[in-house]
Amino acid sequence: MTELVFKYPEALTQVNTHYCPGCTHGTIHRLVAEVIDELGIRDRTVGISPVGCAVLAYNYFETDFQQASHGRAPAVATGAKRARPDLIVFTYQGDGDLASIGMGEIIHAANRGEMITVVFVNNAIYGMTGGQMAPTTMPNQRTTTSPDGRDVALAGYPIRIAELISTLKTPAFVARGSMHSPLQVVRSKELLRRAFNYQVQGTCFSLVELLSTCPTNWGLPPDKACRWVETNMVPYYPLGIFKTPEGDDRAPMPR
Amino acid sequence: MAKKLMKGCEAIGEAAIKAGCKLFFGYPITPQNEIPEYLSHRLPQVGGMFVQAESEVSASNMIYGAAGTGERVFTSSSSPGISLMSEAISYLAGSQLPVVIVNIMRAGPGLGGILPGQADYFQATKGGGHGDYHCLVLAPWSVQEAADLVQDAFELADYYRNPVMILGDGLIGQMMEPVEFSDDRVPIKEIGPKDWATTGWKRDGRPRAIVNSLFLDADTLETHNKNLMAKYDEIKANEVRFYEDLPGEEFDLLVVAYGTVARVCSTAMENLRAQGLKIGLIRPITLYPFPYEAVSKAAKKAKAVLVFELSAGQMLEDIKLAVLGAKPIHFYGRTGGHLITPEEAAKEMKKVLQGQGGAQ
Repeated sequence: MTELVFKYPEALTQVNTHYCPGCTHGTIHRLVAEVIDELGIRDRTVGISPVGCAVLAYNYFETDFQQASHGRAPAVATGAKRARPDLIVFTYQGDGDLASIGMGEIIHAANRGEMITVVFVNNAIYGMTGGQMAPTTMPNQRTTTSPDGRDVALAGYPIRIAELISTLKTPAFVARGSMHSPLQVVRSKELLRRAFNYQVQGTCFSLVELLSTCPTNWGLPPDKACRWVETNMVPYYPLGIFKTPEGDDRAPMPR
Repeated sequence: MAKKLMKGCEAIGEAAIKAGCKLFFGYPITPQNEIPEYLSHRLPQVGGMFVQAESEVSASNMIYGAAGTGERVFTSSSSPGISLMSEAISYLAGSQLPVVIVNIMRAGPGLGGILPGQADYFQATKGGGHGDYHCLVLAPWSVQEAADLVQDAFELADYYRNPVMILGDGLIGQMMEPVEFSDDRVPIKEIGPKDWATTGWKRDGRPRAIVNSLFLDADTLETHNKNLMAKYDEIKANEVRFYEDLPGEEFDLLVVAYGTVARVCSTAMENLRAQGLKIGLIRPITLYPFPYEAVSKAAKKAKAVLVFELSAGQMLEDIKLAVLGAKPIHFYGRTGGHLITPEEAAKEMKKVLQGQGGAQ
């Protein structure tokens, strides 16, 4: 008797993605799809895609989708969720989209306690436009618009979104995971599951920041890119749960 | 239903509810604050939802998300706020989402002032945002007509899957007039099922709904543009609306104005007609699609054309396109928030009739 223990998620379309080799977007897509499948919400889920590398996410998730203008996905999600509270609405945004041009929308959506789930992919760079400096770019990190490395005297320090959102009084689930190792991928899925589940239960806004790689624009092979996340990003962007609606805030995650 | 004295902004809010719209997302800006204020207490009474957004940018994207689910939704703002919404309006048009946007215009440019203006004509009718697109634009001249057009606007938006803008000057929003909401209003359009809306996808149902304006392939994007143009052609063929009051087949002066300015001109015209002067009036109600043909025909019957606007001359350009040099065109505009009085309008009309003043 054989048992099927691993299969293609129902919530993913069976097409090749446009993502670069070694990019962790594909894995994050899979995690989100698995969570949608496991919660049994595929037929009432609406995704909101950003501007950036994940702009074509509507081609990869087997759910209804809306494509938002740059940074505005949380506002679009607000409109969709307020119009149809029975839908499960999630945004999938990168760091240029969410932490730069869309900072106003994400802060206020979180502060209003919109019952949406935000998947925030932080790879410390603008990927789609060709590797420019992002608000999350690490100090001294070289990009096409910081060729000598990010000068914090000129550009300030990288913005820690999970920490920033977790300062808001409004109840929310805010956490940060990473995609740099199989163990962290498993932990990230658990964060996503909790985040979506809070929405299914009608509890609160939820945001999961996931440290991710950009081998192409970092100029690193995939394995070294994962090590770069672990060595450079994780110390600055600590992993863990920053806020829960139950109030047991700040639960650092083991490295 | 009995007539009720209502402020323009409140009548617009109530008209939206009568049209079955239960969702409003907006941001405060003078002189349209009475719309969100009215809806913030009225919508919860009818099981609706009022959300005060953090900016016009956000409000315009909230209506995108709500319209994407197929629900009726609207927002209102005033000139600088509409500029902030222009990116989203381009996306709404590109994604073919039905929404109603109310612009209670104030005087510009920049922060300008809070007094009435009509200087957003270009922005409203020629695009405003990026790309080839149009909103249907409806311009009421009374509070009653504003209420009626708002109800029509929701049906036009749904029917054409296109943003519809109500373009009122500050007076329309602020003045109080009797309004009647008919209990047996007949819909102007039959609306089909919204099978394009993101309501949750089931494997055995309609195709997956993707609300989107991104088409990376040049051929696909050109086809999309051609489809939009075909829709605008259909709108141009079927939705042109105007009011005309022409004194026969030959007369001396054709006056063209829209919104409350047309009402002022109408008063001035009546006074001059009583003195035996032959003056006609055309008032475009749809600014997009523009009544080029009606203006062209009427201009042929007149010796000259005189355009009034609360701007430096924006609709004037469409009048020139309609008249195509056949008759001399004169223009009188006020800016800064100044209104045109009936006496002022009459003076300008007489000036043209007496052959004074340069043509455009």
